Amino acid sequence: MKRLSVAIIFIGLSAFYIFSRTSSAAPSTAPSTQVGATANNGITILPSPSAGTPPTPTPTPTAPKAASKPAPAPAPAKTGYKDGVYTGSVADAYYGLVQVQATIKNGLITNVAFLSYPNDRSTSVYINSQAMPMLTQEAIQAQSANVDIISGASATSGAFQQSLASALALAKY
Amino acid sequence: MREMRPIMGMPIEIEIVGENVEETLNAAFSYLVSVDERFSTYKEGSEISRVNRGEVVDGTISTEMREVFALAEKTKKETHGYFDIRRPDGLIDPSGIVKGWAIHNTAGLIRRAGYENFFVNAGGDIAMSGKNAGKEWSVGIWNPFNTKEIVKVVYPQGKGVATSGSYMRGAHIYNPLAPKENLTDVVSITVIGPDVLEADRFATAAFAMGRSGIVFIENLPGFEGYMIDKSGVATFTSGFSAYTKP
Repeated sequence: MKRLSVAIIFIGLSAFYIFSRTSSAAPSTAPSTQVGATANNGITILPSPSAGTPPTPTPTPTAPKAASKPAPAPAPAKTGYKDGVYTGSVADAYYGLVQVQATIKNGLITNVAFLSYPNDRSTSVYINSQAMPMLTQEAIQAQSANVDIISGASATSGAFQQSLASALALAKY
Repeated sequence: MREMRPIMGMPIEIEIVGENVEETLNAAFSYLVSVDERFSTYKEGSEISRVNRGEVVDGTISTEMREVFALAEKTKKETHGYFDIRRPDGLIDPSGIVKGWAIHNTAGLIRRAGYENFFVNAGGDIAMSGKNAGKEWSVGIWNPFNTKEIVKVVYPQGKGVATSGSYMRGAHIYNPLAPKENLTDVVSITVIGPDVLEADRFATAAFAMGRSGIVFIENLPGFEGYMIDKSGVATFTSGFSAYTKP
């Protein structure tokens, strides 16, 4: 069932791209599967089409969905991260499955490498080279600026709702 | 003048820059109350509750309800099924689209009343217009791990902002294509889009996509996003940085 969903999503996205991309530039040759690391400011994930593409689409690779758990869980945000190499869970990007490995040194992300990357489908590679985004990563850090407005997850409204509901429950006879 | 009232189960904050804005503020809040009366699945007498109980025959559905259903259907198509107002139990819960739609309409109401500089913030989804004393409105993105902090400041320049996430209440958004899977990896995703309705409906869908959500936003013309995962790493789209400067 999941395989089917993945296939459907993939087909849908392929169609989406075919219709939405008007340019037909040849696939570029992005350098490597590695990610350039820059100290504190963030890292840019580069597109990385791999060689050896079969001419016809093949079924989704049977990569396991489970993530290998990092020995110590990385501490959230505020004071950075614990040193070590952490393997992310396999993520279902439209174009295939993606898994990354992050290396932390001295509390900073020093490298993010792709462990699996779609290279088994010609369309995948086409999508990668055409549209694999230039996503950037950074460790979140507290900012001191004063702002006019705050945006948090809509779930914060749920917390508000919960609090209100519990207050009202107390107010009940 | 700025005022906050709890409506639709969330704090709603409106600021209108100018003189004698009370009347418009009241009209704006009243409109939101009327939306809540119609669309709240928590209110037994609301139109949506009556629709869900099968008490509303097709011909008597309100124009507003039709509009919201049409928007939901459109969003479902545009997000390859990741946005769906039909819950796993078969009932319809349009709250995922009503909020953005209602904020957008409230902004229209304030603009028609003659005000240029204002914002409407409903539980973190924001419509804004003009400036605040000559400066761009600034929006802080909450630290999902500590809501006493903000981790990013953006200047949306009149665009809409919406954040979708799981923190503080567990995952309240599920993946309609795999309803039993937990969405635990991504903690929040903030989307800047052409207006708050657009930002909201795509933020909700992108969150349901898990890690692929930010890729989806990157490939959506006119949208930028900032995703925070459970290890405190943010991934953001290529044009996002343009909004981090006033």
